[in-house]
Amino acid sequence: MYHPKSSVLCLSRFFRLLVALVLVSSLMSGMTVSYAAYNAPEVSNINIMPIDRAKFLVGQKFDFEIEVKTESPASAIEVMINGVAAEVFFGKQGVTKFDKMSTYRIDQVALPKSGKVAVAVTVKTETGIEKRTINYEVTADKIGKPAKNVILIIGDGMSLPARQMARILSKGITEGKYNDLLEMEKMPNLALITTSGSDSLVTDSANSASAYATGQKGAVNAMGVYADSTKDPFDDPKVENIIELAKRTRGMATGIVSTANITDATPAAMLAHTRKRSELNFIAQEMLNPLHRPDVILGGGSRQFLPKSVPGSKRTDERNLIEEFKQQGYTTAITKTELKQVGTPDKLLGLFQLDNMDVYMDREVTKNPAVLGNFTDQPTLMDMTKTAIDVLSKNKNGFFLMVEGACIDKQLHTMDWQRATYDTIEMDKAVGIAKEFAKKNEDTLIIVVADHSHGASITGTYHELDGKTGREAVRTYADAGWPTFADVDGDGFPDNPNPSVTLAVQYANHPDYIENYKFQEVPTSPAIMANGKAIANVKRSPQGGDLQVGNTPASDPSEVHSADDVPLTAQGPGADYFKGVMDNTEVFYGMVRALGLDGRTDKK
Amino acid sequence: MSKLAKHISRVFLAMMFAYLPLCWTGQDGTIPYSGSSLFCTRAEAASAWWPWQGEQAASLEFSELYSGASSLGLELSAKLESLKGKKVQISGFMAPPLKPTINFFVLTKVPMSICPFCSTDADWPNDIVLIKLAKPVTALPFDRPITVTGQLEVGYQMDEETGFISLVRIVADTVEEAN
Repeated sequence: MYHPKSSVLCLSRFFRLLVALVLVSSLMSGMTVSYAAYNAPEVSNINIMPIDRAKFLVGQKFDFEIEVKTESPASAIEVMINGVAAEVFFGKQGVTKFDKMSTYRIDQVALPKSGKVAVAVTVKTETGIEKRTINYEVTADKIGKPAKNVILIIGDGMSLPARQMARILSKGITEGKYNDLLEMEKMPNLALITTSGSDSLVTDSANSASAYATGQKGAVNAMGVYADSTKDPFDDPKVENIIELAKRTRGMATGIVSTANITDATPAAMLAHTRKRSELNFIAQEMLNPLHRPDVILGGGSRQFLPKSVPGSKRTDERNLIEEFKQQGYTTAITKTELKQVGTPDKLLGLFQLDNMDVYMDREVTKNPAVLGNFTDQPTLMDMTKTAIDVLSKNKNGFFLMVEGACIDKQLHTMDWQRATYDTIEMDKAVGIAKEFAKKNEDTLIIVVADHSHGASITGTYHELDGKTGREAVRTYADAGWPTFADVDGDGFPDNPNPSVTLAVQYANHPDYIENYKFQEVPTSPAIMANGKAIANVKRSPQGGDLQVGNTPASDPSEVHSADDVPLTAQGPGADYFKGVMDNTEVFYGMVRALGLDGRTDKK
Repeated sequence: MSKLAKHISRVFLAMMFAYLPLCWTGQDGTIPYSGSSLFCTRAEAASAWWPWQGEQAASLEFSELYSGASSLGLELSAKLESLKGKKVQISGFMAPPLKPTINFFVLTKVPMSICPFCSTDADWPNDIVLIKLAKPVTALPFDRPITVTGQLEVGYQMDEETGFISLVRIVADTVEEAN
């Protein structure tokens, strides 16, 4: 009922005006949206490592270094951590060097409490004083009932379209709905991961894997370290990685499995600290270092483990690392037959190729002796994953296992999407094996993620059924119909990699190359180097095809990574951490939170 | 010495000096090669004087270098061992070199898509042959096959200047485009 006495209209004019003003201003504030301003990045004279906004697990060990490149040389460097002098805070002496580039360094320190940390650096020079303050964050987050095991499955370069190609070839699609989803897609938690490096919008596998292993942003080609300005690739400030933490604080078993050379970026980043991923021999011998020696090592790359006098070795010394592993009690295997016979030893080293293992297509489908040579008995990623889990699960403290589908990326670089897709399906089957284990061991966290993306994407289908070829045979929209892949024998792989109607996959970035949309019988590079420039490789398409002019510098003969965010799927205890859009460093924090790791305590 | 003897010896010396350059030009005709050679140097001419003058080059394929391979290493083939120190001929592709003017290059089975010297991430395949040249040459096109003939060397060696490690090498007499 309308009560005139209590209505606003009965108030004096002043109050009516006041109410009107309040109403209008509240409406307007609701209509305007404020954006946080940001400046373009600036480079400071005072380079502090770890960098601004770095995040740490409580007790995670790291080296602290400051490089000062001021106009006139520094005469004093003062560092305050949360208002306390760094040497008092860390309980350690720092080393200062005054030169054209002055440095301050304290090694192997840790942050003892969760929360925010302010690092204030004051540099005195002849001309005055320069200051810089940065902030760190420390987390001690853990879930109520910690996970016992973590299986991190990395599809190198496995972009969202790469998952889709695998889904189409492995499961098929009928009238717009997929017949089934991949194992990695049937997991309850999904997040999008941003993959940039500290110095690179589009980055490489070393520092992106290092983000997963240490929770720190890194520079291209670096792993487990912050890149300083010196040339020495072994003196850069380190940060403790997941294998080191798992061993030190919980006595867990650890393992690395990959279809690449096992000293390649992704498996290496799980344990090694170096500015240069190409230090493969160093990485191989570091696998013997008890600080981060994995109990299971399976993959390719034996040429980094053989003494230099053995033909095929790439070492520059006479160390036989395979023998050294045997002396540490490792069982060794060099073929699939040997791997199947190892049983469940405590420690296992399997090296199945001199360099990268061959891809699934060549190992198991074409089996071409010209490609495989003498290496006709290589295990699949499924074989290696199953054996790794069988061996590692013996440890009562649990295990951390990293499994890599390495050649998805390698085949996308050579623009061979069919070989890349078969490797994605192979990796998905390894995910299936991990999930089988998790069914019986529910305290296992499984994470499936890529390290970075590629620009390959599906435009439609490709077929020559009406006689058209090349560009005119790329079918779009409804003209595409459906690809005619089929998996009648139900092994998860299409029966024919080159059916009459195949996918039209196109690449956002590429060198000069000849496109014929057909399956390559043997792995063939899209471009070769000639006079310092990459030129299209005619062997790709001997019967001719469309020349695609490259759109990246002519010095690069391969397709390169792209900036797209990548999907992460997860299941198990602690998987709830992964949701929305997250930075790649958060994958490390998701894992340590699930395991309940505390960097302050050593396992006795 | 008598005037006559001096005169005769002078003539004789003159003939010798005149004959020497004739030797070099004359040798061109006796060294068999087809097509234009990529360099005409004393190395090429010298082969006529070396002990294996007239030795037939044994043809060698990349697939014949190693008889066995496993994760524990490569096995040098019996053919390779038997041809040690002998003249061989092999065809392949020149890989992009370390420097534009080089006195060695790497011969590969297929044209290289990545320059391992240029990229810190890439590495050489196992079946490569290091070709040593007497004189540096400017780099040649890498997308056309070339045939190298020369003396075969087998065994581990590291190049002092570049740190490049090789197992199979040829000290080249001739380097020319393959037919």
